[in-house]
Amino acid sequence: MAIHKGRGFACINYPIGMNLGGDPSQALVHSTPDGKFKVALSAIDLGQGMKSVTRQIAAETLGVPLDDVYVDTADSDTGPHDMGSFASRGTHRMGNAVIRAASEARQAMLEAAADELEVNASDLETDGRGAIHVKGAPSRSITVADTAIAAQFKQGRTLSGRGIFLIPPSEADPMTGEMTPVSCYAHAALVIDLEVDDETGVVTVTAINSAYEVGRALNPKLVEQQLVGGAWMGVSHALYETTEPYYPAREHGAEDFNHYLMPGPGEIVPHHIAVLERPAEDAPYGGKGPGEMCANPVLPAIANAVYNAVGVRCHQLPITPEKVLRGLRENGGARPQGRR
Amino acid sequence: MTTIEFRKDLFADERDDNLNEIGKPKLRQDIVGHVTGRSPYYDDHLFEGLLHMRCVRSPHHHARIRAIDYTRAEAMPGVVRIVRPQDVPHNINTLLSLINFGRDDEALLQPDKVAYKGEPVAAVIATSERAARDAVAAITVDYEVLAHVLDLDAALAPDAPIVNETYPNNTFDYHERFDHQKLRFGDVDAAFAQADHIVEDSYQMSPIEQAPLETCGAIAAPETNDRYVCYTGTQALFFSLGTTAKLLDMASSRLHFIGGTVGGGFGGKVDSLHEPLAVLGAMLTGAPVKFCFDREEEMQVGAPRGAERWHIKDGVMNDGRIVARAFTGLFDAGAYTRLSSYAIVKATGHLPGPYTIPNIASNVYCVYTNRTPATAMRGFGITGVDFAIECHMDQVAERVGADPIELRLINAYRDGDMKAHRRSAKNTALIECCQVAAQKAQWALSPQMAALSSLQGGGEGWRAQIPATPTDAVGQIGERRRQTVPLEPGQHGAPAGQVPAGQAGETVHAAPPQREDMQVAPERIGHRTAATPGYPASPGPQRSTPVVPPAHAPAYASASPSPRGTPAAPATRTFASPTPQPPPPLQASPAPALQDLSLQRQPPPSSPSSSSPSSSPLRTTGYQPLPPYQPQPAHHRPAAGGPGTSASNAPAASTASTTPPSPAPSPPPSTASPPTAPSGDGPASDAYRPEQPFQRGVKRPGVSRFISGTRRR
Repeated sequence: MAIHKGRGFACINYPIGMNLGGDPSQALVHSTPDGKFKVALSAIDLGQGMKSVTRQIAAETLGVPLDDVYVDTADSDTGPHDMGSFASRGTHRMGNAVIRAASEARQAMLEAAADELEVNASDLETDGRGAIHVKGAPSRSITVADTAIAAQFKQGRTLSGRGIFLIPPSEADPMTGEMTPVSCYAHAALVIDLEVDDETGVVTVTAINSAYEVGRALNPKLVEQQLVGGAWMGVSHALYETTEPYYPAREHGAEDFNHYLMPGPGEIVPHHIAVLERPAEDAPYGGKGPGEMCANPVLPAIANAVYNAVGVRCHQLPITPEKVLRGLRENGGARPQGRR
Repeated sequence: MTTIEFRKDLFADERDDNLNEIGKPKLRQDIVGHVTGRSPYYDDHLFEGLLHMRCVRSPHHHARIRAIDYTRAEAMPGVVRIVRPQDVPHNINTLLSLINFGRDDEALLQPDKVAYKGEPVAAVIATSERAARDAVAAITVDYEVLAHVLDLDAALAPDAPIVNETYPNNTFDYHERFDHQKLRFGDVDAAFAQADHIVEDSYQMSPIEQAPLETCGAIAAPETNDRYVCYTGTQALFFSLGTTAKLLDMASSRLHFIGGTVGGGFGGKVDSLHEPLAVLGAMLTGAPVKFCFDREEEMQVGAPRGAERWHIKDGVMNDGRIVARAFTGLFDAGAYTRLSSYAIVKATGHLPGPYTIPNIASNVYCVYTNRTPATAMRGFGITGVDFAIECHMDQVAERVGADPIELRLINAYRDGDMKAHRRSAKNTALIECCQVAAQKAQWALSPQMAALSSLQGGGEGWRAQIPATPTDAVGQIGERRRQTVPLEPGQHGAPAGQVPAGQAGETVHAAPPQREDMQVAPERIGHRTAATPGYPASPGPQRSTPVVPPAHAPAYASASPSPRGTPAAPATRTFASPTPQPPPPLQASPAPALQDLSLQRQPPPSSPSSSSPSSSPLRTTGYQPLPPYQPQPAHHRPAAGGPGTSASNAPAASTASTTPPSPAPSPPPSTASPPTAPSGDGPASDAYRPEQPFQRGVKRPGVSRFISGTRRR
């Protein structure tokens, strides 16, 4: 009886956004009288950071500080339509809608400032710190707050914007499946190191080395949170989770977390991540959605590493100790496939 | 321990990294609320006099309801109202009817036949959850138990029990024609015949629970002026609102949905089961009603990620190239469609994974069984098939004696390659991800493999030699009920027609900005885009330095009058070519990108351990600066006017019937418009002044005391 080390690899790409039936998102942006901007959406923050990433996108596009922007979501009386937070669409679709809404609001803001400074709006730029100034002449400036006050009380202008981003429907061809399924793809590749105990059949993942290509890490910390959590979920899917352990039989289904197995905090695998950023042309600041794809490569990489360790191919998830032991018995014992 | 590095050296010429807010590790907007436990979730909106709803659920996999006896429950203390199926105004729906996909097949409360264990047949509203549970237990249902089917293959047998009357063949109907979604690209049968190896296997993923900390639920309450407010944990606010309006047959303007802060979703909170029942409860009782899953329901009644079974058959050459790949995919939808029908199409668009394979075919089925309906989960439609593909890639590598990573690199898709769904690949980065992951793990790659790039070689040589596609009409709706029909793709009888290689239909692009002011200035977007003043345009494929004209059509030699010779040979596979021509047969001489490629393990190219940009092997792979971006005409793509047009006119005229020319791009049909119905003219509209949207903290005139605020437990 022995512990066998194994190494496995997998790589994937992941389609960003919902295809099939048309995929719209809308956003509204408006300024308060003192130049703070509200972003009204009906996007859902599942914990992934929807409010935060749209806030950063709005601030970047408007050219104002992050603190001067607040995202209000999701109230169906005030937030315009959004399909929802799924299909890795949130950042891409809603981000683009926010860019459009914020662009229109920015243009109104620059026009209001131009009136005050008696220049052309096209000669103005924002400094990202709350001021608008003439290009090449930073001293000729006005604050965003004074601009908003002037717009509101003197000029009769609204500093607001509307945005919609729509990927129109694309039907699959019945005969060939031809379609435009999505607009861009995220990518990932990773190497799993693990150990298999040939006495108990228990698999212990010891390290993950990964590379994820996300278009642009709009907020590196939010990306990191997704990638770490996603890898955890991948390990959990590969080794532990199912509501029907003897699928297709319906017996033995878990009804609580005592029986529905997942790794605990002490079993989070050491994970060394590299983030690559190749901006997608139609994505907000190039950012794709890392949310879903990050779990996917972990499952097959673990299965491949188990084979590398003991020569058992588990083609049915999850890879439980029972399945490993049955495989070992069928093979007449462990058959390590050689170190990589 | 986790470490993270940002490889800013890669694709650096495609980005501006000096933006103000983007790319910065800013604190979350909601961080203080989250870490202090004060962020309001739906369940924090507790109302005075809140009532609790619980469902009566089927103990059988499949049974007809003969009768239900409510008398004991009705007399129990605390019971306010029994909700029966006939109380649901429009008791039939399918989620994707909001985008006009599929037929209504699922009742909110099942009136006559349950099709899975746990299906709700009635509900109780009581003053406490305890009273609701007791009353549910006191309701007796007389069931006639029916034969059930749980296994995918058994469900497809001609004599299988009918799970879902709306789809009596136990499969979703695609295009009102087939019992599956087809993908046909190139000619797999011919390629299999030419391959050095055939590698075949099957893979399966069992059902998985989304397992959010916050279970699915909603609280609804009467608002003033005949409206209802609903606090919900939905992942899709307007999906849930539209579904509620439809099931309750009411104007959507009478619904006020509030959510947006959710305790984990992972795909399990799109089914919109709770909002309609909670609002219905509020309508029937005139009081606030909460309906949520307990943990047991969340795990066994709440829709899981469905099981999937995939069979993959690969044709592989000795040099590691995969020349043909056929998939047979079975999605276990459970008893009702929910979103599974969509996942099949999404999976089909994803095949064959991130690889360039000139011959692909797949049949993917949405199969009904007597189990909990499946729904979305992180990676919906993709996770299961990626598991199958990547396990299979390792088996292929083992068969041809290749390093697993190098096998992927050989077959990895690159910018300019034609994908199986007939769109040109762009913005690819699989190769670089493989190289970086290998480098981090100190997994040595040969110098040739370390030098590959996603930007180079795509759409060239053998990668573009895609034969014409024979089509077939196997698997008509209902055919399988009469006889055994093979599940897998392939020629079963005479081909129905032939389609030339490459794109036939129109590429769908994002709708352009409504007004010029809505377009961000190109110098402020931070990367190369089509966004230039005076839109339109989504560009054609962006090219890197080894320029291939965006119109790839000439490369599809099989369908092109030149250079392969006569139009009489549209279906000739290049690898079947009897005489060496450009490109030569695969066995004879690998394409340039693969020349001198040895699949034997190479010694590591010096030390791969350093990840600093300057010493990175990737640094040497030659990302050359791109030329300044030039906007291209909106419809500059292969199918439009290039040699591909002549190809489709001449040798493949017989295929015209199978792919009629697509109409010009047009706005989406009104049926696909979002479920934000125009605001109603009902009595409620008077109380609202749309030109003055509500502000938080503003007391609305005449507002119900039920929405006077939130309070913490």
